[in-house]
Amino acid sequence: MKADIGAPVGTPVAKSEAGAQLRLPSFGRRFGGTAEYIVIPALALLASLALFGVFVALFGKNPLDLYFYMYQGAFGTWFSWQNTLTRAAPLILTALCTALPAQLGMVIIGGEGALLIGALSATGAALAMPWAPPLVVDVAMAAAGMAGGGLWIMLAGALRQYRGVNETISSLLLVYIALAILNFLVEGPMRDPTSLNKPSTPEIGAVNMIGSIPGTDVHWGLAFGIIAAILSYILIYHTVFGFAARVAGGNIRAARVVGLSVGKLILITCFLAGAAAGLAGMFEVAAVQGRTNANLAAGYGFAGILVAFLARQNPIAIIPVAVLLGGIGASGGLLQRRLGLPDASVLVLEGMIFVMVLASDTLYGRFSIFKGKAS
Amino acid sequence: MTLGAALPLSPAQAADTTIGFIYVGSRDDYGYNQAHAAGAAALKKMPGIKVVEEEKVPETDAVEKTMESMISLDGASLLFPTSFGYYNPHMIKMALKYPKLRFEHCGGLWSDKDPKNAGSYFGYIDESQHVAGVIAGSMTKSGKLGFVAAKPIPQVLRNINAWTLGAKLANPKITTQVIFTGDWSMPVKEAEATNSLIDQGVDVITCHVDGPKTVVENAARRGAFVTGYHVNQSVLAPKAYLTGAEWNWEVLYPRFAKMFTSGQTIPNFYRGGLKEEIVKVSPYGDMVPESARKMADDVKAKLIAGSYVIFKGPIADNKGTVVIAKDTARGQTDPELEKMNYLVEGVIGATS
Repeated sequence: MKADIGAPVGTPVAKSEAGAQLRLPSFGRRFGGTAEYIVIPALALLASLALFGVFVALFGKNPLDLYFYMYQGAFGTWFSWQNTLTRAAPLILTALCTALPAQLGMVIIGGEGALLIGALSATGAALAMPWAPPLVVDVAMAAAGMAGGGLWIMLAGALRQYRGVNETISSLLLVYIALAILNFLVEGPMRDPTSLNKPSTPEIGAVNMIGSIPGTDVHWGLAFGIIAAILSYILIYHTVFGFAARVAGGNIRAARVVGLSVGKLILITCFLAGAAAGLAGMFEVAAVQGRTNANLAAGYGFAGILVAFLARQNPIAIIPVAVLLGGIGASGGLLQRRLGLPDASVLVLEGMIFVMVLASDTLYGRFSIFKGKAS
Repeated sequence: MTLGAALPLSPAQAADTTIGFIYVGSRDDYGYNQAHAAGAAALKKMPGIKVVEEEKVPETDAVEKTMESMISLDGASLLFPTSFGYYNPHMIKMALKYPKLRFEHCGGLWSDKDPKNAGSYFGYIDESQHVAGVIAGSMTKSGKLGFVAAKPIPQVLRNINAWTLGAKLANPKITTQVIFTGDWSMPVKEAEATNSLIDQGVDVITCHVDGPKTVVENAARRGAFVTGYHVNQSVLAPKAYLTGAEWNWEVLYPRFAKMFTSGQTIPNFYRGGLKEEIVKVSPYGDMVPESARKMADDVKAKLIAGSYVIFKGPIADNKGTVVIAKDTARGQTDPELEKMNYLVEGVIGATS
């Protein structure tokens, strides 16, 4: 269906008007290409679902039951939708932590650390101003969370820029440092003395908690995630800054030669990336947990890497991919309960999707249907 | 929504009671989660009861959604979210949202401020640890015992102390070297800690982590004895497994289910030890001699009879400060024990 977008383009080209040939292929590249970016991942997704069906059938379960329960658990009822969207909310923000630096050709996989530092900073801000009205507290929490997370990933960016340290490794290692800092503060200086068997910070207070989006159970993190994704898209594709970042991502030497300040681009992009994950941490505190403790290290940062890669680092594509992974997570419970599949089966499916989507990279440009030319 | 109504996804029949179990780890971890799953398995044998289970559910809003999913898609009316971090805010939130359903939490401290349809239960497993400690103290040749522990929180410290005090009944000269790994499930660190303890001459090891499998298997491979925790791990190391402190959820859960289905109210705050059959001691391994068995059985019988207090003064901590005065006996219900923040004399290690 979407492939048709590319098809009509070929017809006028066949008339071989010289001028049209110059113009129309670019038109075809533009929209045929977009269709390609939707159809190929969708095919990869269908292939992995089919493969997962075979896998499940090997365990003696009916694949049709599997697909039905997956649909039911993820999207079949209003409750399921809310379950899916709740799980998707933090993933959009943590995925941006990988997708933004990816424009510069950097592979940042430390969103989990930025989320934890963001949560800690946000909690600290709330606890520092017990007198302030809730709106002020929440704004301060968001600012602190974004600043904390942003500086955390900017550290990885700075190490790369000034010391030549590989940002993939350093951002990953920073996750463990963040976790150690969190455990230290939560079990030490920031501990609520009444949290005996579950070391936690004091609560930020019920009045400061951010509620749900009206009419749903889904917290506001989802709305802010979508806004952040759209803003990121505009930044990358419709601003000079984004253009410069993509130039640097394409060829860093060329970018330097034309006079782009690559170091500045790296630091700012890393800050924005970390700020997104830090905001996810802030929402986990302000909308879910009400305080900081080890519960926050739930792997949202790592799941975000998967989302970013599946979305091919496109901020808009991150939204549906996060919903898809949220849905897989939501349906995982039903698969356990109805089909008796272990929890790991969902990981198997996620792994299959990941491999299929990466493998499908080789298919781009191989289907003439997406091409606007007929030379 | 319409599809859900049209297709065979309706909640269980009215005659049945659906009970939901939620685990933080995998249910075959030879540890904390497996102990709860064994309790759930006991419920499956009861007529009119349907059990739904979900494993590896993180302590985030995911557990709220799992509870709601069990409620709205499976018709669960009694829920057991079994991990500590599920209690506040997650289970409390769900209990407020579904006031007609019942929520039972393992390990939380239910108070009057919490919803009435929520409850917490736990076992005094330090009683089983104390008995296992007697066996450990009897079996050590080097006089050095080892304890691999997750975090220095009251529940863990209470187990370390009870085990050590038990061992000192058998051999007053023993020491317990404790290593904290920092979290509940850290297999690599647990293996390293076990090896490092054995390198220091420790010959009997136990642990308080979510899945003792790593510690038990590594200790056995290195020729040390172990006492288990959570469930019976003797299948993993039949030649090294002396005994162990086990949960007895397969007795408690059917008891709760009977109360629930017969319309009685499950007490909001429920605690008990060996006497109430909430905890038990693994059968002794063949290598445990008669004298040690007799001594341990004797302590166990006194604990069941209620004529014995583990934390009875004078008890000093390992820095020399008296933490329980001479004529003070802190029985199991004493709230001071819930705040334990010290290691008793004979334990080598620090709480922070």
